[in-house]
Amino acid sequence: MEFLGYRRPDGKVGIRNHSLIIPTSVCSSTVAFNIAQQIPGTVALPNHHGCCQIGADYKQTLRTLINLGKNPNVAAILVVGLGCEGVPIHEVVTEIATTGKPVEVVVIQEAGGTLKATAEGVRKMAGLTRQVYNLQPEKVDIRELSLAIECGGSDFTSGLASNPAAGIAADLLEAAGGNVMLSETTEFIGAEHILARRAKSPEVAEKLFKIVHDCEERAKLSHFNLRDGQPTPGNIAGGISSIEEKSLGCIYKAGHALIQGILEYGEIPSTKGLYIMDTPGQDVESISGKLAGGATVVIFTTGRGTPTGSPIAPVIKITANKRTFKMMEDNMDIDASSIISGEETIEQVGQRIFDEIVKVANGRKPKAEILGHQEFGIYKIAPTF
Amino acid sequence: MQKQAVVINSHDNVATVVDDFAAGTLINFFIGGSEQSVKLLQNIPLGHKFAICEIKPQEDILKYGECIGVSTTLIIAGQHVHVHNMESKRGRVNDNHS
Repeated sequence: MEFLGYRRPDGKVGIRNHSLIIPTSVCSSTVAFNIAQQIPGTVALPNHHGCCQIGADYKQTLRTLINLGKNPNVAAILVVGLGCEGVPIHEVVTEIATTGKPVEVVVIQEAGGTLKATAEGVRKMAGLTRQVYNLQPEKVDIRELSLAIECGGSDFTSGLASNPAAGIAADLLEAAGGNVMLSETTEFIGAEHILARRAKSPEVAEKLFKIVHDCEERAKLSHFNLRDGQPTPGNIAGGISSIEEKSLGCIYKAGHALIQGILEYGEIPSTKGLYIMDTPGQDVESISGKLAGGATVVIFTTGRGTPTGSPIAPVIKITANKRTFKMMEDNMDIDASSIISGEETIEQVGQRIFDEIVKVANGRKPKAEILGHQEFGIYKIAPTF
Repeated sequence: MQKQAVVINSHDNVATVVDDFAAGTLINFFIGGSEQSVKLLQNIPLGHKFAICEIKPQEDILKYGECIGVSTTLIIAGQHVHVHNMESKRGRVNDNHS
């Protein structure tokens, strides 16, 4: 099976051809945004961080910014820095440039302030755009796809229908040799032992237990026990009887394949197959982390409906709640409620989802992409100082 | 045939209803590609589970092909399965490794 993809100089394949502006800190984010306005179609990532960060939190933001530039959906990159921020501007440039993609840089303090930096940035972005706007996709094998799976605004239809169906689509891509990424560590709590059985090795299982344990410990620092009170009274009223049931409802959106490895937030997997990335359950930060991990397409199951998109990868919305599909038809792409009504099996809808992924890879735009939804946020694991 | 419940995995011993149903209703569902029916012995609210076969005391409740808890009493086909007759095995804090 094949799709049309953009082969980048490093061999990775994207399904979009974005010109991207990455501000290295919040201080350069307005200039980055202004430059993007002058070259239609350019995407400027919002960045609320990049300075006064320490330790693992600093490393995480740095890794995420670099890896977003490396994402195969991105054709060319302009890095915009202030000059004195914590994130090392030129390291970001050099690392992204290892992909062989064209990269330029503007530093506000060196250019001489807003207007001069904006002019320099617009000139450089125009030059980059001229290099990449006409790149043509070529026929590539389906294994070149990197799929991120997310769930948000869940209700009883999520665990029952849309997530298992998403899992079928995940299994199809994994079996074909592609990458699949599951995240939202908070949601494994209660079923991590089941996930661990699918780990490729005892080391991977240990790492999985560790990220779940660390997640619970972080909550305890704020005097919050994530396991207590789960399932919630609302869940129980809705029919969820145990934390295992709740957690399994989330986990099976990534199918049944062997787990190749556990990724840090924003880390790129080294091989094909199913990976778990350590992210919070918060959808936007979760998706943003997986984009840094190289995800080129996102499927997002929802029960109550959410409009969330992403700046550099198309997000396909799936709901099995018929009422939600009708009410939020402007945002929902796939109606999986036929599983609930019995008109289709989970397997049939899973195949439909997989077929849609291929169509989107070939250029069809899901509703979030048409509407310009570009929600984005980098996960922070320590306070700013 | 109209379907009123979903069984996710062919090893499951519970089905989840997709609407509110009264005791006495015959519920149809797919299991592993074939169609089956069970008559409800109790009212089952939307999103809740009922047993599709007999479940003995201390037997694993299976959904998604996995254990979601254990029964605390004998449950017969068509009865409601929920927090009143099953309990979680995993709700304890720091219980990561067993």
